[in-house]
Amino acid sequence: MPLFLVILLLSGCRQPDRSLPILSKAHNENGVMVYEQIPDFSFIGQDSNLVTNATFAGKAYVADFFFTSCPTICPVMARNMLTIYERFQDSTKLLLLSHTIDPRRDSVARLAQYARNLGVRSDKWFFVTGNKDELYEIADDYFNVVIEDPTLPAGFDHSGRFVLVDPQRHIRAYCQGTDSLAVKKFIEDIETLLDEI
Amino acid sequence: MRSKIVLILFSLSFFLFTCESKPHRQGEILYLNFCANCHMDDGSGLAGNIPPLAQSDYVAQNQEQLACIIRYGMEGPIVVNGKTYQNPMAGIPELSEFEIANVINYINQAWGNDHGYVPLKEIRNSLEECKR
Ligand code: HEC
Repeated sequence: MPLFLVILLLSGCRQPDRSLPILSKAHNENGVMVYEQIPDFSFIGQDSNLVTNATFAGKAYVADFFFTSCPTICPVMARNMLTIYERFQDSTKLLLLSHTIDPRRDSVARLAQYARNLGVRSDKWFFVTGNKDELYEIADDYFNVVIEDPTLPAGFDHSGRFVLVDPQRHIRAYCQGTDSLAVKKFIEDIETLLDEI
Repeated sequence: MRSKIVLILFSLSFFLFTCESKPHRQGEILYLNFCANCHMDDGSGLAGNIPPLAQSDYVAQNQEQLACIIRYGMEGPIVVNGKTYQNPMAGIPELSEFEIANVINYINQAWGNDHGYVPLKEIRNSLEECKR
């Protein structure tokens, strides 16, 4: 009996060569599972350049939603994104994409300043703004909820998730961007995905 | 016998250790609730955008300003440890003068800071001077 337990425990610990599941919404098409892709988008980055799906072709990327004057969860999210940035700084397979949800105040110049302050490369970590409805709509595709709420100090509520997207535009992992333990685990997921690419 | 001594020493050290830590409990809780969002749990701030409170020369040199910064916020470029920051910080009017005192005394001893103790009377004086 104890031997059985030990075996059970050991097998529970063993990591089979693991690959990340596809988490995107799916539907059945004639017996084949078809996963939804991140839709086409076109935003403006901190260098005033166009940032589209083509920017991320052949790469994985981490996406999140924030705004520069956010008094609540964003600074901690930004710090955790910075941890991811530093960890994968030298990898050519991963990029980062932060969308503002406050395009009225977060001009390109302001995003550029914010990115420069963080000291990050603009060809590695993109800070984008654009049409507000498009930003809010795509947040939904990235499993993020954004709500304008004038009763809140900053006027917005949002869920602060980091989402990992693969080169096929499928979501492969996500985590709560304010939770540094969850982010640690998320970084392992990123490593797993990058090994596949 | 030996293991018993080890055990006793061990529990004794554990006891001493737990007694010693956390002298600014309310200050710490207030800090985590009202400041850590921006200045982070470890007081390190956010690179280039939010200045640190841990090992900040600004905190060391502007002790009499701290209460006013907490109550009324601050704006405009400031230099902390040689780096310029210029995002505004909103004031936090909910905190009473007692609570402000507790936060300041927590910050003053946290993360390797050692800026002494600020009595409530001094906090009152500062707040009187920057009253709006
Ligand atoms: C919404 C984000 C935010 C919150 C919450 C916040 N601060 Fe700040 N704080 C800032 C920013 C941004 C600055 C820089 C202001 C400037 O550039 O003029 C700053 C500056 C400071 C400074 C002076 C510069 C330094 O780092 O030495 C002190 C002291 C300070 N804050 C203390 C606090 C304390 C104590 C609290 C909680 C009671 C708090 N702050 C809450 C964003 C915040």
